[in-house]
Amino acid sequence: MYQVEEATQLSENVYQIWVHAPQVARHARAGQFLIIRVDETGERIPLTISATKGDSVRVIYMTVGKTTELLATKKEGDVLSDVVGPLGTPSEIKNYGTVVVIGGGVGIASTPIIAREAKEAGNHVIGIIGARNKDLLILEDEMEEVCDELFITTDDGSKGVHGFASTVLEDLLKERKIDCVWIVGPAIMMKVTSRVTIPYKVKTFVSLNPIMVDGTGMCGSCRVTVGGETKFACVDGPEFDAHQVDFDSLMQRQRMYTDEEQEAREHFHHHDHHGGCGCCGGKH
Amino acid sequence: MRVLRGEALMAKEVKDFKEVNKGLTEENAVLEALRCMNCVIPHCVKGCPVGIDIPGFILKVAEKDFEGAAAVIKADNMLPAICGRVCPQESQCEGECILAKKEKPVAIGALERYVADREREHGMKLPEVAAPTGKHVAVVGSGPAGLTAAAELARFGHKVTVFESLHEAGGVLTYGIPEFRLPKAIVKAEIEQVKALGVEIRLNHLVGRSVTVEELLGYDAVFLGTGAGLPYFMGIEGENLNGVYSANEFLTRVNLMHANCFPEFDTPVKRGCKAVVVGGGNVAMDAARVARRLGAAVTLVYRRREDDLPARAVEVKNAHEEGVEFLCCANPVRVVGETAVEGVECVRMEMCEADESGRPKPTCIEGSEFTLEADVFIEAIGQGPNPLLVSMIPGLERERRGNLVVDEDGQTTVARVYAAGDAATGAATVIWAMGSAKSAAAAIDKALKEE
Ligand SMILES: Cc1cc2nc3c(=O)[nH]c(=O)nc-3n(C[C@H](O)[C@H](O)[C@H](O)COP(=O)(O)OP(=O)(O)OC[C@H]3O[C@@H](n4cnc5c(N)ncnc54)[C@H](O)[C@@H]3O)c2cc1C
Ligand SMILES: Cc1cc2nc3c(=O)[nH]c(=O)nc-3n(C[C@H](O)[C@H](O)[C@H](O)COP(=O)(O)OP(=O)(O)OC[C@H]3O[C@@H](n4cnc5c(N)ncnc54)[C@H](O)[C@@H]3O)c2cc1C
Ligand code: SF4
Ligand code: SF4
Ligand code: FES
Repeated sequence: MYQVEEATQLSENVYQIWVHAPQVARHARAGQFLIIRVDETGERIPLTISATKGDSVRVIYMTVGKTTELLATKKEGDVLSDVVGPLGTPSEIKNYGTVVVIGGGVGIASTPIIAREAKEAGNHVIGIIGARNKDLLILEDEMEEVCDELFITTDDGSKGVHGFASTVLEDLLKERKIDCVWIVGPAIMMKVTSRVTIPYKVKTFVSLNPIMVDGTGMCGSCRVTVGGETKFACVDGPEFDAHQVDFDSLMQRQRMYTDEEQEAREHFHHHDHHGGCGCCGGKH
Repeated sequence: MRVLRGEALMAKEVKDFKEVNKGLTEENAVLEALRCMNCVIPHCVKGCPVGIDIPGFILKVAEKDFEGAAAVIKADNMLPAICGRVCPQESQCEGECILAKKEKPVAIGALERYVADREREHGMKLPEVAAPTGKHVAVVGSGPAGLTAAAELARFGHKVTVFESLHEAGGVLTYGIPEFRLPKAIVKAEIEQVKALGVEIRLNHLVGRSVTVEELLGYDAVFLGTGAGLPYFMGIEGENLNGVYSANEFLTRVNLMHANCFPEFDTPVKRGCKAVVVGGGNVAMDAARVARRLGAAVTLVYRRREDDLPARAVEVKNAHEEGVEFLCCANPVRVVGETAVEGVECVRMEMCEADESGRPKPTCIEGSEFTLEADVFIEAIGQGPNPLLVSMIPGLERERRGNLVVDEDGQTTVARVYAAGDAATGAATVIWAMGSAKSAAAAIDKALKEE
């Protein structure tokens, strides 16, 4: 059992929790994730490790379905059945020169840890964080603190640059030499934003978020196509060379269970137990 | 070529996951035990990879001394209720039984299962544990290999910590082999036995990540029982369409995550109306039979002839009875669909001259393409060793197919690091995993005591 040490709501549907998980916290590096199973009947869901402090680890998540909604009900002192990690290959951090770390929406969760490690490796670090509107912006203070320069964008112009992270990135690429770019956010945002760096031939990493089960390379649920080859995002990634990624296939596979996800959500809200399956031993 | 269309339609419906093969009654067990001739040179024992004193325990069954029988089995096999169910007895102990040639072999597996089940119901007895040696061994993986090594080492008096990356122990016994062949309550009970010997099992620990290689090599000895969990894919077009699964994923969703009980359990699985499974081994049979239980009409496509199926005969028989349609001498070449599976294009195969394995080589018949309608496609074409941890340990050698190089004691190319089970042999059987783990544990014990 893994204890929730702190739980806060960051914006309308974005939450943050700190969980006591020493084996994860002690070894976590930028770009890695963990898998949570909230309770005995729960699904295993992957979430990016957003920060660590001693034996605790922080994740930030958006409520998009049954499991994340259930997680949002957890308060300080509650426990989660399972937490496993750190999973995935850490970000390829080294001294590139000038790097840009971009977070879109809840993807901002991953950026401070990447920015910090990049900074420690000697890079000049530029951060760009973007959201639909100013209320959905998260971790601005942390990014402000760790980045040498920080740009903020909102789709509606309620804060910072009116527009997308891709616009700011394009301007930066035009005016100076950028050596490496990280982009973390929804698949469509990563697809569009990473296109910008192609003509400039700048190394660009994206963090892919396919559906996962074990997260250890055992099932193949997380397979993605990179450079025409099949890769398992949970062990070979989740970060890959953006210019090699087949985003359309990723997005198509993310929608595999749309109907079932809807059903799970309805079931969660109505809480009608059919019973008779025998799996839960009649406990629920 | 035998294509069994039509027959499937008559098959009874299968819905539940209750165990299919019911065990023996006390009366039948004793009668069966009386058939054993207590051979002076018991061939059956040679057929058992862990060398159980088979006539010894059978004699006790005949005398109705079931506790005594359990003790004889437990001297060599900590997980008898599991082996009694899933061992390929026909090619092991029972295959060697002297009576196999005359009439029918003694039903050794069923007797072993009876003794173990009965003991579990009447309260289990633990073997003795030696005085603590002060040595601490790390065991990676809690499949049959890891559990056996852990139990043996604990009995020798060593402190044992098992690391398992999943949230439940048991390896393939838990996530792979379905409930209707191996009830999970039995797996859990046998794991509890191992724990009762003082073994600590740390779940949710992926060694190489949650525990670093340096930390691992800090133990007095290391046992690697990481299995062969890496699923192979055919590499054909359309493989990433929604509805395509590796057998590992399909079975894990159902066995470990209970997707058959969705939405009571949160993990979904595509149930499918028409499922196509490719492969001919036990894994393929399990996937096909699970798909049947989820309500799909199932076609199993296998590239050789039905007689060549590598799966156990009893599994093939059960699959037939449950309405799985067998399409032999055929092979998928493409998965058809826009975003999700709509069909599987196959070609017919013919058998040519024998290959290295001595079996005739299947080759596709040009222009014989045909398409099976399907909304779920499951690939059960084999698994390899998971490279994650083993690729991180400096000096640890692997052979061409990725299996760890070990000597007869399970010693790897790194000092104090041993390996057994599927990680060393490639995908094999539960009892081979246990047998090799047992020898490795003995070698570890010897090495630690010599220090
Ligand atoms: C490596 C990785 C890191 C991630 N990091 C974060 C993060 O830091 N914050 C965050 O909010 N989200 C993150 N996600 C996405 C997060 O895992 C999903 O939002 C979550 O699983 C949704 O579960 P649900 O039951 O609430 O929603 P559902 O209703 O089940 O699904 C909603 C959406 O989530 C995706 N999803 C569903 N199940 C899974 C699963 N088992 N694995 C992966 N995706 C799934 C589906 O594509 C679907 O579109 C990450 C995903 C991956 C693979
Ligand atoms: C579907 C299916 C059906 C089968 N049916 C039969 C049958 O009927 N009869 C039979 O005899 N055999 C059968 N087999 C084969 C048999 O299950 C295997 O040979 C046996 O389980 C191998 O045991 P093992 O302990 O070596 O590995 P596994 O059972 O694979 O266990 C390995 C364990 O190690 C864990 N692990 C791996 N890497 C790490 C790491 N880095 N850190 C922590 N933990 C890790 C894994 O999560 C897993 O739990 C079947 C196999 C499958 C897949
Ligand atoms: S362990 Fe397996 S091979 Fe050995 S006696 Fe039992 S059933 Fe036969
Ligand atoms: S070979 Fe058959 S008959 Fe002989 S001891 Fe073994 S089980 Fe009994
Ligand atoms: S999540 Fe199972 S292999 Fe990646």
